[in-house]
Amino acid sequence: MLEIKNLHANVEDHEVLKGINLTVKAGEVHSIMGPNGSGKSTLAQVLAGRDTYEVTDGEAIYKGKNLLDTEPDERALEGIFMAFQYPVEIPGVSTSYFLKAALNAIRKHRGQDELDAMDFLNLVKEKVKLVDLDEKLLNRAINEGFSGGEKKRNEVFQMAVLEPSLCVMDETDSGLDIDALKIVSDGINKLRDPNRAFIVVTHYQRLLNYIVPDKVHVLIDGRIVRSGGKELALELEEKGYAWLEKAPPASQPVGV
Amino acid sequence: MLDVKESRDIYQSEFQQLKEAENTPSWLLPRRQAAIDRFLALGFPTTRDEEWKYTNVAPIAKTAFEQAGTVETRVTNEDIGDYLLDATFCRLVFVNGRYSAELSSAAALPDGVKVCSLADAMQTEQTLVETHLAKYADYENQAFTALNTAFMQDGTFVFVPRGVIVRTPIHLLFVSSANGRAIISHPRNLIVCEANSQVSVIESYAGLDSGKYFTNTVTEFVAGENAVIDHYKVEQESDDAYHVTTRQIYQERDSNVSSHTVTYSGGLIRNDVNTVLDGEGCNCMLNGLYVLRGSQHADHHLRVDHAKPHCNSWEYYKGILSDQSRGVFTGRIIVREDAQKTDAKQSNMNLLLSPDALVDTKPQLEILADDVKCTHGATIGQIDEDAIFYLRSRGIREEAARSLLTYAFAGESLGQVRIEPLRERLLDLLSTRLPHGQSLRFGRPFEYDDDFSKIVRSADKRRET
Repeated sequence: MLEIKNLHANVEDHEVLKGINLTVKAGEVHSIMGPNGSGKSTLAQVLAGRDTYEVTDGEAIYKGKNLLDTEPDERALEGIFMAFQYPVEIPGVSTSYFLKAALNAIRKHRGQDELDAMDFLNLVKEKVKLVDLDEKLLNRAINEGFSGGEKKRNEVFQMAVLEPSLCVMDETDSGLDIDALKIVSDGINKLRDPNRAFIVVTHYQRLLNYIVPDKVHVLIDGRIVRSGGKELALELEEKGYAWLEKAPPASQPVGV
Repeated sequence: MLDVKESRDIYQSEFQQLKEAENTPSWLLPRRQAAIDRFLALGFPTTRDEEWKYTNVAPIAKTAFEQAGTVETRVTNEDIGDYLLDATFCRLVFVNGRYSAELSSAAALPDGVKVCSLADAMQTEQTLVETHLAKYADYENQAFTALNTAFMQDGTFVFVPRGVIVRTPIHLLFVSSANGRAIISHPRNLIVCEANSQVSVIESYAGLDSGKYFTNTVTEFVAGENAVIDHYKVEQESDDAYHVTTRQIYQERDSNVSSHTVTYSGGLIRNDVNTVLDGEGCNCMLNGLYVLRGSQHADHHLRVDHAKPHCNSWEYYKGILSDQSRGVFTGRIIVREDAQKTDAKQSNMNLLLSPDALVDTKPQLEILADDVKCTHGATIGQIDEDAIFYLRSRGIREEAARSLLTYAFAGESLGQVRIEPLRERLLDLLSTRLPHGQSLRFGRPFEYDDDFSKIVRSADKRRET
């Protein structure tokens, strides 16, 4: 589904990603872990198309095309979804209005009929249950006055409505208490599907107790230094990142 | 192009003609005379005058306008169709400043309520009009008010007696149709609400054809004890037109006045709103939205005078400026020595959509009491790029995202309009005035309700954080 080759990216002339190689197949869940400042969130943002990052080399082939050449909205129309680490508050625009506009843009792109208000409402009623989100919040301005947990649940809720094929979760677990973490993980697990892949960026191994990944990658200083199965996460939990920081970068493209 | 002397001579001689021709009631003549004398002494303001620093009215001063009454025009119901709101509203239509009975439509109003043209009221309601007319708006120091007071012929008179609630909104529509001629009109309105009464008034100005005509209007409001006035002013003049408005609001104890100004079109616009809170426990809310483009210039000038203790005032003005348009906001809050426990809030937020657009914003607090709460804030900025990216990352095209955020910015202001047909009209017009506004096709981005205090609270919260 996604093949990242030798990806380099800068922030204000400072190189943050220094040659990322990663292959993600449909149905898989990949976890990207790493210490602060390793480039995890940069990778997520670059995949979503944030223009504050400058891609200097490499490519990311998604559905046969280089993703890095396309605009963020085109990526979304093609089925990429990023759950934000810090969801933005947007006064004056309600979640339901915005999500309906987004969903219909995506449906149109897929050649499907646009949903009318009634169908959309039914869909929303079904999907809010997935993350136990209060339906009333959807008539409020996007994320305005939402608690941290509500914002993250709103991200997963949007993902459920838009049905993307590649989900990039940028530290969706950060700042959540254990109950919210369970709800969010549960929502994500219900969205696992043979045709859908996940890249789960996280700082904490704890999330992986709830979302069991197929692959774990350790990102340090802009490079993937180690890849392995879910047991790698447990090893990290025990030993921290220090033991990997001296390790040479993985020379082969990793992944399955 | 006139010089200062020629301009004075014209107004002076026109006033002379007016005095000879019109049957001005005898009680009014001294006020008119005083006003023209003051106008001739003051002259038109210049940018050297602090209050007019950012707005140059030389194009008005140098034009030899024809008094509107001299121009024949024919306006039909069809011509004004776009500006009508709801058939159930009480409607008074004025063409070039003169009342048109055939275009107006009365509604059944409670007993004792008087709604008529000012020209009629000067004859039929002499006592009331004499008591209030030109008693509040300052023609001593304000040249445009003086000019209006000297030349006013017509406008609206609204009187709501003690304890009467008027549920039907009163819509005053002022249209200009000059066929390109430079006419000047001086609409004058007087709205008097006695104790415990309530009324909603919509004042809208529209240009039916292009031309450098000039509308110089003054509206005086008197809110008696515990009275409630909900007022809206909608500006849709022609893009070449000059428009100067003074709204003078006088509030007695426990009265509640809200006045919303929505400025969509017009060439050179100056809107003054002056409020005097002259009794304890008054609330005054002044809202504004200006959406400017092309080379429009709009100056919104507020002055809230807290003369007595325990009064609240809110000022929320928002601007969206494209192209080479220019906006000016001045918000002056005066808290007199006695006015303890005053709570005054002011905010002016501007969105610049073009590098050539310009805004000058100037809060002025003059606080003489020592136990008060006054806050003010002004922002001038572009659309939040993080918000744009968020919307795009969900599949919304960039131009649609920009348009949506701009609409939402203004929509928050219009959400406070409590008369639904008016709010819907203003929201529709808003989308036509924004770039890519047609992409807003999924209905309203927000459900507006009548609980506008909620919106105020959320705006307060945002400002504090």
